[in-house]
Amino acid sequence: MFSFGDIMAEALGLILTWDRDLSEIVLLSLRVTLTAVAISCLIGLPLGAVVGAFRFRGRGTVTVLLNALMGLPPVVVGLFVYLMLSNAGPLGILGLLYTPTAMIIAQTILVTPIVAALTKQVVEDLHGEYAEQFASFGLTARARVAALLWDARYSLLTVALAGFGRAVAEVGAVLIVGGNINHVTRVMTTTIALETSKGNLELALALGVLLLGLAVIVNAAVMALRASAVRAAYA
Amino acid sequence: MRDTVMDIRAESAVAAQPLLEARGVGFSAGGQPLIHGIDLGIEPGRRTLVMGANGSGKSLLLRLLHGLLTPSSGQVLWRGHAPDRGARRAQAMVFQRPVMLRRSVLANLNFALKVHGMAGRARAARVQEALDMARLSDLASHPARVLSGGEQQRLAVARALMCEPDLLFLDEPTSSLDPASTQMIEDLVNAAHARGVTIVMVTHDLGQARRMGDEVIFLHAGRVAERGPLHQVLGAPRSEAARAWTQGRLYTGTPH
Amino acid sequence: MFRRHLLSLALGATLALGTGAAQAQDEFIVVQSTTSTQNSGLFDYILPMFEEKTGIDVRVVAVGTGQAIKNAANGDGDVLFVHAKPAEEKFVAEGHGVSRANVMYNDFVIVGPPADPAGVAGMSDVVAALTKIAETQAPFASRGDDSGTNKAELRLWKEAGIDAQSSSGEWYRETGSGMGATLNTGTAMGAYIMTDRATWIAFGNKGDYEIAVEGDPKMFNQYGIILVNPEKHPNVKIDAGQAFIDWVLSDEGQAAIASYKVDGQQLFFPNAGG
Repeated sequence: MFSFGDIMAEALGLILTWDRDLSEIVLLSLRVTLTAVAISCLIGLPLGAVVGAFRFRGRGTVTVLLNALMGLPPVVVGLFVYLMLSNAGPLGILGLLYTPTAMIIAQTILVTPIVAALTKQVVEDLHGEYAEQFASFGLTARARVAALLWDARYSLLTVALAGFGRAVAEVGAVLIVGGNINHVTRVMTTTIALETSKGNLELALALGVLLLGLAVIVNAAVMALRASAVRAAYA
Repeated sequence: MRDTVMDIRAESAVAAQPLLEARGVGFSAGGQPLIHGIDLGIEPGRRTLVMGANGSGKSLLLRLLHGLLTPSSGQVLWRGHAPDRGARRAQAMVFQRPVMLRRSVLANLNFALKVHGMAGRARAARVQEALDMARLSDLASHPARVLSGGEQQRLAVARALMCEPDLLFLDEPTSSLDPASTQMIEDLVNAAHARGVTIVMVTHDLGQARRMGDEVIFLHAGRVAERGPLHQVLGAPRSEAARAWTQGRLYTGTPH
Repeated sequence: MFRRHLLSLALGATLALGTGAAQAQDEFIVVQSTTSTQNSGLFDYILPMFEEKTGIDVRVVAVGTGQAIKNAANGDGDVLFVHAKPAEEKFVAEGHGVSRANVMYNDFVIVGPPADPAGVAGMSDVVAALTKIAETQAPFASRGDDSGTNKAELRLWKEAGIDAQSSSGEWYRETGSGMGATLNTGTAMGAYIMTDRATWIAFGNKGDYEIAVEGDPKMFNQYGIILVNPEKHPNVKIDAGQAFIDWVLSDEGQAAIASYKVDGQQLFFPNAGG
């Protein structure tokens, strides 16, 4: 009934007849996801580094919690953020429900545990190697975290990409808090869901191919950046 | 309360004060005592070697003296006082395997100076001195971790010395290096000693000990089996442990 | 080098976030509505007319009627535009809405596979048809999501005196999802499905399915519109919301609804006066 060729033709057609609506959706997808990943990194990198580099009471609990939160279902996060931002909720006054900002908040909650948990692992391994030298240098806790994050930067790029992958593919959370409003909060995944519910399966899959292409471009760009910089200072 | 008593005692002993002093330092891990109540002093300006069989506690003792490990009992004093930030900055350590940041040779040196609190302007000249000293000027922009083992260890020694420590610890710094690289490391350390830096080094190498040592602390099973001038400990050891070691025998008895 | 890239990335992201906040330039209202109005393409057709005339941007959140009503009861919307009259009247009675007005209607149909295992094709008595489906235990896919369509379907089972939900998981299958998803699932499993006619006509994945049961007055599907009560939810944009309702109920709005056609078929029939 469906052929791979039809779907690829549809995807090609989408690209050839690229219109404003499609640009809007693609750009919003990128904007929401990249912003959420950036904020997640601002929170998750230091958090993960602290958990990875220091021994403290409750460290095991925090680790288990972060690892568990990596598996948060997007729909649950979406519901939680909806309840917070709803006009009946505690943050309703901010008027953020059904805006891209709400989608960024939801995706940040989804991605931060991933960034933190993976950063913890990367930093822990690196710290095992550096710990005695840093102690000998008499490094402060802050300098230690900064140096570990900087030296792990190329591994952490992959961590950020893992977060990007989770966010860009996610539909459950952004659908609930964004509302899939045309021209306002409609992104690629919610469009795919919508076209599927309209029974336009080829179009939905073609959009999926486009989303995959987008993810490939972002990953390739980051990896190229990594490759060009990694030669300069790393071994 | 107890600390105050100790401090007063330390003040009164100021005349012949050692640079670094261990008082009844013991260390246990997992309920297993590894270092037993060691008392010793490191005199300024001397080259003290810590020797002993594998597992005798040499590296542990070095880490306890440097403050990388906290003693389970007793204490380590720096110039008669509990070590503070100043004590940390006056000491440096070179490890058996050099620990290099994932950065260039230059950046590794800059990092150490920055951590040491030296202003950016003064750093450049000091870094150049260190590069010259380690004979690594040509490799300054290379990633430190692609350097050979010998080059990395030279960089590690230069990095430790550029902060002008009073006391330099070295934990078997040449155990995995070829003779030429070993020679360069020894020259660097001896030059530093000539400038007045106190040296405390762990080594297994008898030849190196003869070239580098003023005195020897010989450990056996976490205790000081013997301490004395180099020629005496290695030439005419009084302890059964040191005698066995110099003769290449395995010694399992308990000292004293 | 790397630091500079990271900085520009962060800067770009911040900028992007900034423009998001600035996007609330024009006046807009949020309409909580149902998937049938959205998926059929009605909103894409009539909303530009209203927006052009008034400059008010209409943001539609299309979910099941049950969820739309709950969202509106939380104050997350200015206007409620759904199709479940009893639930809408309850919404107004509880003080969440100001008043309710009829907008338009269409009808529900039951679609089925050409093999017609229950032998209901061509029937116009929906209660008799449902009874036959239950007797033959032919598969029937239900929304099962408390939507307007789901409520209407459950009402019809009740009228037939059949407790279909007791057979849930056997011949009666609750998908728990929207109309489109239920059509996708139901057609794939060869089940009968009750759907609103508009969604069916506009649906792109019909396969070999056809309408089996239609034309019973009991399958009448009325849409209503309600302004969310500003006394209960002070954030409601009274003027803009009322302007939208007034336009939808006006001759102009009603004509717009009547003129929307898919494949030459009119999908919704305005009845604001009724």
